[in-house]
Amino acid sequence: MADQIYNAVFIGSIYALFALGFTLVFSVLDILNLAHPALFTLGAFTALFAMQQGVPAALAVLVAFVVCGAAGVILDRVAFAPLRRRNAPPLSAMISSIGVSLILIRLIQLQYGPDLQAYPAGALPAAVFSVGGLELDTLRTVIIGLAIGLMLALTYLVRSTRLGRELRALAENPRAARLLGIDVDRAIAATFFLSAGLGGIAGALYGFATNSPFSQMGQSFELKAFSVMIVGGMGSIPGAVLGAYLLSFGEIASLTFLPSELRDAFAFGLLFVVLLVRPRGILGQRDVDRV
Amino acid sequence: MPEPALDVRDLVVRYGAIEAVHGISFDVQAGEVVALIGANGAGKTSTLAALSGLVRPARGTVRLLGRDLAGAPAHAIVRAGLVQVPEGREILARMSVHENLLLSGATDATAMYERFPILAERRALPAGNLSGGEQQLLAIARALLAKPRVLLLDEPSLGLAPKMVASVFEVLAELKRSGTTMLLVEQNALRALRLADRGYVLELGRIGLTGTGAALLQDAGVARAYLGA
Repeated sequence: MADQIYNAVFIGSIYALFALGFTLVFSVLDILNLAHPALFTLGAFTALFAMQQGVPAALAVLVAFVVCGAAGVILDRVAFAPLRRRNAPPLSAMISSIGVSLILIRLIQLQYGPDLQAYPAGALPAAVFSVGGLELDTLRTVIIGLAIGLMLALTYLVRSTRLGRELRALAENPRAARLLGIDVDRAIAATFFLSAGLGGIAGALYGFATNSPFSQMGQSFELKAFSVMIVGGMGSIPGAVLGAYLLSFGEIASLTFLPSELRDAFAFGLLFVVLLVRPRGILGQRDVDRV
Repeated sequence: MPEPALDVRDLVVRYGAIEAVHGISFDVQAGEVVALIGANGAGKTSTLAALSGLVRPARGTVRLLGRDLAGAPAHAIVRAGLVQVPEGREILARMSVHENLLLSGATDATAMYERFPILAERRALPAGNLSGGEQQLLAIARALLAKPRVLLLDEPSLGLAPKMVASVFEVLAELKRSGTTMLLVEQNALRALRLADRGYVLELGRIGLTGTGAALLQDAGVARAYLGA
């Protein structure tokens, strides 16, 4: 039982990291960045590439953060900014991000092919330790700690720093933000950097945990992150984290008590029930409480 | 005459094919309060939007202390010292009063809490919980923290209860006494012209009349059109 809870916390932390980036862009700009799964995949492969050059795993995660963050900023400049300038409807931005996503995945395939890859042997910690009879592996435990640390750091950044205030102002009222002297382009670039950087770290960490990154690994996360965001309350950061753990615990519970075919049906059924009770999501408010 | 604090020349504002402001010119001297009055749709808000960089002027110059800001991004204009208190306040309703003040870029809001004690009392409340008048004070305080060389005010009395209108104008009069340079856009022409040193009347995107506040108040045309006399 403790074993299952540990697994649920682990996978929930990955979902949460992934969903946070998704939520951040949505809350500030009202667009769904469907290239987020591709950035997640890019994170796993950036770490792979770095480690193949002999970079240690911890540093490779940092490289993935920076490279994906920069890719996010470029993504915005290429796929979203031109549409924003012309007041295009949000659906156009979705289509444009799907385009970027496909290009990015193909580029990764060009380099690594469509098959499962593996990180260099011995590059990831393999030690297992036991706490009170529970077998824990070092890698997953470190990943959980790092993911939770990043969620806290993001929450602090958004709630208590000047950049966070600017992002919240931009999310609530873009016109007021501009009249207050907020450099909107800089704030949007920061949003994309953080969002894509977190997605990249999530990809690298998930890649490490499974040790089998592949070019379509982001796909199964897309629908989950989307659901998690809606169930948590569109645009709410704590909501996305709650939603992520709810989904992971639902999945693990169904694996434990039900036939494995029902895993997704049960987990998504659970989210559905939550939405019936709270149609705006767990932490969603009437006038969506952003960021 | 010394160089004006704000000097607007031949300003044209277009929205697509529609021209809202047809090449207007006006200026505000340092320490002066200038009123821009006019009916709905006269182009007052379009003019202010162009001054603040929310829309790019199609033509013309906007000189602040000699520096042309026309077409500059909004944040650069605020940093240069041309700061707007927008119509409808545009406070951030979900953020606290204190956070709203910090959004001006200032790190210390003490001066504003001393000036407006009501804001100090409400500093931790979401700004959306404030009354309309208190929100207007917050919007003014927020703009003052950005250290304006010229303060633009768009309809500061709009939608306020008569008692609040009086106290907002009292605050503006106090700012005038302390030497704040202001461009005041108002539908409440009577109060605006009483406060202002000079005024311009905007009609369908053009400057119709101009003169001292007192002279415009006595002008029969102005009285008929804007003062309900």
